[in-house]
Amino acid sequence: MIRFLTKMVAAAALVAVAAGGTALAQPAKPECLAGAKPGGGFDLTCRLAANALLATKQISQPMAVTYMEGGVGAVAYNHVIAKRAKDGNLITAASSGSALLIAQGKFGQYDENAVRWLGALGADYGVLVVNADSPYKTLKDLVEAYKADPSSFAIAGGGAVGSQDWMKASLLAKAAGQEPKKMHYAALEGGGAVLTALEGGHVQVGSGDAAEMVKHHVAGKVRILAVMAPQRLTGALADVPTAHEQGFDIDWPIWRGYYVGKDVSDADFDWWVKAFEAASKTPEFAKEREERGLFEFTMIGKPFDERVKADVARFKQLAKDAGM
Amino acid sequence: MNLDYLWHGFAVALTGQNLLVGLIGCFIGTLVGALPAIGPINGIALLLPIAYSMGLPAESTMILLSAIYCGAEYGGRISSILLNVPGDAGAVMTALDGYPMARQGRAGEALTLSGISSFVGGILGSIGLALFAPVLASLAIGFGPAEYFVLMVFAFATLGSMVGNQPVKTLIGCTLGLMLATVGLDATSGAYRFTFNQPELGDGIEFVVLVIGLFSISEALVILEHQGRGFTVIRELGRMTVRAADVARCTGTMLRSSVIGFVVGVLPGTGASVSSAIAYTTEKRLSDTEDTFGKGDVRGLAAPEAANNATACGAFVPMLTLGIPGSGTTAVMLGALMLYNIQPGPMLLTERPEIVGGLVASLFIGNFLLLLLNLPLVNIFARVLTVPNWLLVPGILVLSIVGVYSSHASVFAIFLMFGIGMAGWLLRKAGFDMAPIILGFVLGHVMEINLRNALAISGGELSILFSSAICIVLWVMAAAVAVLPTILSWRSRRLKVARTARMAATDG
Repeated sequence: MIRFLTKMVAAAALVAVAAGGTALAQPAKPECLAGAKPGGGFDLTCRLAANALLATKQISQPMAVTYMEGGVGAVAYNHVIAKRAKDGNLITAASSGSALLIAQGKFGQYDENAVRWLGALGADYGVLVVNADSPYKTLKDLVEAYKADPSSFAIAGGGAVGSQDWMKASLLAKAAGQEPKKMHYAALEGGGAVLTALEGGHVQVGSGDAAEMVKHHVAGKVRILAVMAPQRLTGALADVPTAHEQGFDIDWPIWRGYYVGKDVSDADFDWWVKAFEAASKTPEFAKEREERGLFEFTMIGKPFDERVKADVARFKQLAKDAGM
Repeated sequence: MNLDYLWHGFAVALTGQNLLVGLIGCFIGTLVGALPAIGPINGIALLLPIAYSMGLPAESTMILLSAIYCGAEYGGRISSILLNVPGDAGAVMTALDGYPMARQGRAGEALTLSGISSFVGGILGSIGLALFAPVLASLAIGFGPAEYFVLMVFAFATLGSMVGNQPVKTLIGCTLGLMLATVGLDATSGAYRFTFNQPELGDGIEFVVLVIGLFSISEALVILEHQGRGFTVIRELGRMTVRAADVARCTGTMLRSSVIGFVVGVLPGTGASVSSAIAYTTEKRLSDTEDTFGKGDVRGLAAPEAANNATACGAFVPMLTLGIPGSGTTAVMLGALMLYNIQPGPMLLTERPEIVGGLVASLFIGNFLLLLLNLPLVNIFARVLTVPNWLLVPGILVLSIVGVYSSHASVFAIFLMFGIGMAGWLLRKAGFDMAPIILGFVLGHVMEINLRNALAISGGELSILFSSAICIVLWVMAAAVAVLPTILSWRSRRLKVARTARMAATDG
């Protein structure tokens, strides 16, 4: 941490000398708020923005990453709305999980219109995994087997009923024509616990994210049956077919993005949009993103705002369909 | 047996930074152990947030905390011997023979001998941990939700039968802990429970807040309350070396007590106070032929000290392999791992060998450091006993506030801490122990989640709780620890009756 900060300060000094104060309306004290402890997904999201913006010289000072844990981002959301709605220096990390929680009314009294959605810089994708010695080789095998005897399948995910992992599992149940509410779903603490339960044979199917499962897939301990992406992923998962390829209309990107307060001036907002757009086109950014195990998913400004609102609406519908 | 993790761990523990961290931890640990007011759990609770916000890596923090833990088990003997007030819960029995020795002018001898016993207990416990952890970790993959649930039942069974002489209050404390654990987001259904629409309570009562409130704040209040109650410190230490004959007499005692201490430490839910009591009474039963125990017998001094240090090491076994605490202090250390976003559990040894290995290796190194600190420098620590309360209490309060705020950046958390501290103080006045509350909180959380997940997997069939060999063994063990003490106490009562009857007969 300290070493990291020193590195950032050193880099900033270099950039400041080289660029000598470039852009207009650049925030004086850029800050990214992560609504969790250091080390989690929001932290990673903040670091992506902080490092990419600095490496591509969009900001001349290092961006501070601050933490405010609570309710998977709910505390940070309420804090930004109540206390820092005008602060043009501040961006806050969010993910499609935030949209899901908003859709379920778990972010307090505020809805998706209480902040300005800035952009997303990367995504992970949902996956379904089975133990390496499982008889199921394809998603089709699994769906058929699930259809035949749903009560013999225990599915584990790294979140509660209604969470993203549960939603992904519910798409499997729906594909098999079964009721999601009747799933034997175990809510474990994070992807690591899902892997342990799979490898110990306590559950038959795991629902999770590509980035956390890929190492164990490559090591041959578990098998990823399908990625829930529009096309095949690059890198180690290039040989895993998408759900679409296997004939199932299942899609689950987990985007990682940012929002700012509702009363941030248009000038400040536009500065962030331009900085994100410029940064996202560089090879340095692609490298930063890949280092964090994220796939390409760049959506900035208005399209992102529309995407978040569409997601919230879709999640509301999904939750209703699932009988939540 | 694969001990690669341990060699790797020595490489981690022997880096300059970690050696320094370990030394600081040993020093602070001995200090908090020596002070009658604060024990290892307070020391760790206070230092954890500070280490975390200083940006120490996870393995260094764990080394620091474990050094404090072991150091406190060493330091606790100092005030037991010199003040007749145990420095921490594990040193209660040490006072029984230590203080009489000090009054006979043999304080220096008692300190040195108990230092050596602590070292023997600590080293044997570390060896046990190093050998036992990988074995249990390899079994641990067989632990699914059902097995974890039964393990928790076993943990509560040991708690109920072994902790303290007030089973009802222990039970109430546990229940309070269980209730506190239900606050926050329900991990299974995603519903908010008892949060009163406070987003700050969404993740439940934060562990650091609860621990600092219950232990540090309430402790500061207790010290304030007892202001002015004087102790007499024995200042004449006498000779500082031990007689070879005494060491020879204690060798068997130390070895036996170390084993007892380690085994009790491994059992979830029990701590040094229990193991030192068992070791002392066992030793008394075995070797007290001349009725010298309690009057300054060296074996009565060696037994609890060897046991409480071995227990500290044993308590790491379930913590590092299964992710469940073996004692109140390891419960706090689990909280430390989670603060670093590291999920404790069976995968810890394979995924983060530097943490497990570094910790185990640092225990070996730490015991040598502690022996060095505690033999020649014992005078310095003895002087600590005279720290005035007007310095101690504000110090504890400042560290508590800084600690909570630095780890959660929330003023709400500080108020919650004070509220919990007040409640803890009232409970202590009513004779409650704080450790069962913490254990109830931690174990209860694990127990609830695993029961619900087990039933979710089986679709509501209770038979899953009896389906595997591990489950059945654990059920049997739980039943045994719940029933055995009752039988034993009934038997010993009967024996006593028989003996008095016999004595009456010979007298007559």
